[in-house]
Amino acid sequence: MIVAEQKPMEEIRRVIAPYERVLLLGCGTCMTVCGAGGEREVSFLNSALRVAQAKSSDGIHNFSEYTVKRQCDFEFLDSLADKVNEVDAILSLGCGIGVQVVAERFPDIPVLPGVNTSFMGMAKEWGVWDERCAACGDCRLAETAGICPITRCTKGILNGPCAGTKNGKCEANKDMDCAWILIYKRLERLQQLDKMRRYYPPRNFRVIPRPRRIVMKADVEPGEDNG
Amino acid sequence: MANSLFEEKLNSDGFLVTTEIGPPKGADVSEMVHHIDLLKDKVDAINVTDHQSSVMRFPSLGGCLLVKERGGEPIIQITCRDRNRLALQADLLLAYSRDIKNVLCLTGDSVDVGDHKEAKPVFDLDSVQLLKTAREMESGKDMAGNELKGVPQFCLGASVHPEADFIEPQLVKFEKKVIAGAQFFQTQGIFDLENLRRFMQYASQFNVKILAGIIVLASARMARYMNDNVPGIIVSQAIIDELANVEKGKGLQKGIEIASRFIKTIREENLCHGVHIMAVGNEGIVPDILEAA
Repeated sequence: MIVAEQKPMEEIRRVIAPYERVLLLGCGTCMTVCGAGGEREVSFLNSALRVAQAKSSDGIHNFSEYTVKRQCDFEFLDSLADKVNEVDAILSLGCGIGVQVVAERFPDIPVLPGVNTSFMGMAKEWGVWDERCAACGDCRLAETAGICPITRCTKGILNGPCAGTKNGKCEANKDMDCAWILIYKRLERLQQLDKMRRYYPPRNFRVIPRPRRIVMKADVEPGEDNG
Repeated sequence: MANSLFEEKLNSDGFLVTTEIGPPKGADVSEMVHHIDLLKDKVDAINVTDHQSSVMRFPSLGGCLLVKERGGEPIIQITCRDRNRLALQADLLLAYSRDIKNVLCLTGDSVDVGDHKEAKPVFDLDSVQLLKTAREMESGKDMAGNELKGVPQFCLGASVHPEADFIEPQLVKFEKKVIAGAQFFQTQGIFDLENLRRFMQYASQFNVKILAGIIVLASARMARYMNDNVPGIIVSQAIIDELANVEKGKGLQKGIEIASRFIKTIREENLCHGVHIMAVGNEGIVPDILEAA
């Protein structure tokens, strides 16, 4: 899933400053799971913004809140159409994709980001999320025992550990496991160390050029907006 | 035929001595030139570091040009931290065109340990891929397979960490570097000769020259600091104790004594093919170390 963090209150207040009626828009998928922008967080943010506004006595904003099932899909945004007509801006607590899909769907209204989208990852334990995939478009996990060096090695190198690893940790962050030590140990356990001895050539950054698009190979109907 | 003076020495049986110079933070190269003059006739080659520890400095290539200018034999250090494959190949071409043919191919430290922590880390290639790239260029093609007008030839080196606390994956990588084309290795700092002996039992099966890294420590505090903060350095407790037991102000003298003792033992017992002396900021003392050894 996509993992994000809510932006600091000051920054949120700064970006919404020019707008009187602001819709706080949550997302019911990844942002709900990672606790950055689901229904609960939208409600907390609404209260926090009201309190901050009352304290600073510059009470010009009028907040409303709503959460859709998924912001990154046009079909879940139709229910927003009426609400959008009644506000001056949308503060989206969706990920960077959500913000852009909402903006694309409603071209006449400013859509502002309320979270910093951080990475794709997993919940390591409650309240702790770890990055796991860089969406590089060229998955090599079969060769690295299911542990991604592109994501989990700070340098994303492909031919084994650098010399900076100490006590199994990374030179960039002593709390972070060295991905290549993990890969070595797991390959050894699986009796696949020959995969470590192989030479891996430089990555192909053009696997899918940016911005990336995937078109389903079969049963695809050309749409007006699909280019 | 050898590509460089240093390669000629690599091909001989002599005990090799290299050292390194860290370029200045700024455009004043006078102290670096002073160190080059001091060292150029006392060692077989001088490395010039490439933003060592990810701290922005005068470039390695610029330092190597100065070594050349002063009549020394340079080894350029090229890391993959700051340049993508276009820039790396271009720098290799420039180095070769200016008669800088000894290249130490490194992945490079993480930007997180340096002084520009917000920089974009590049790492388009790693050290093994960089070695292979340089070798491919020697066959007349760039990485994209396009023909080169004017084909470079290099004497390629790499680094290895015989004191890593988990050595097996490091040995796997060492072998990959040998296969990719490394002719010589300058190791990370050695602080326990037993580790070097053990490493050489493995490494001596390969037809490459190993230069043991000798880091000159100036105090126990510096040793502890490096253990905590400098990637790839593990100073043994025995050495820290030795440094801690000297009078105040005599630390560097002790450090010189330890470095000289290591070099002497390595040479006398023929542990490996040479040494690479890293004086980290005290380049001026390298002649003293060599004399004492």
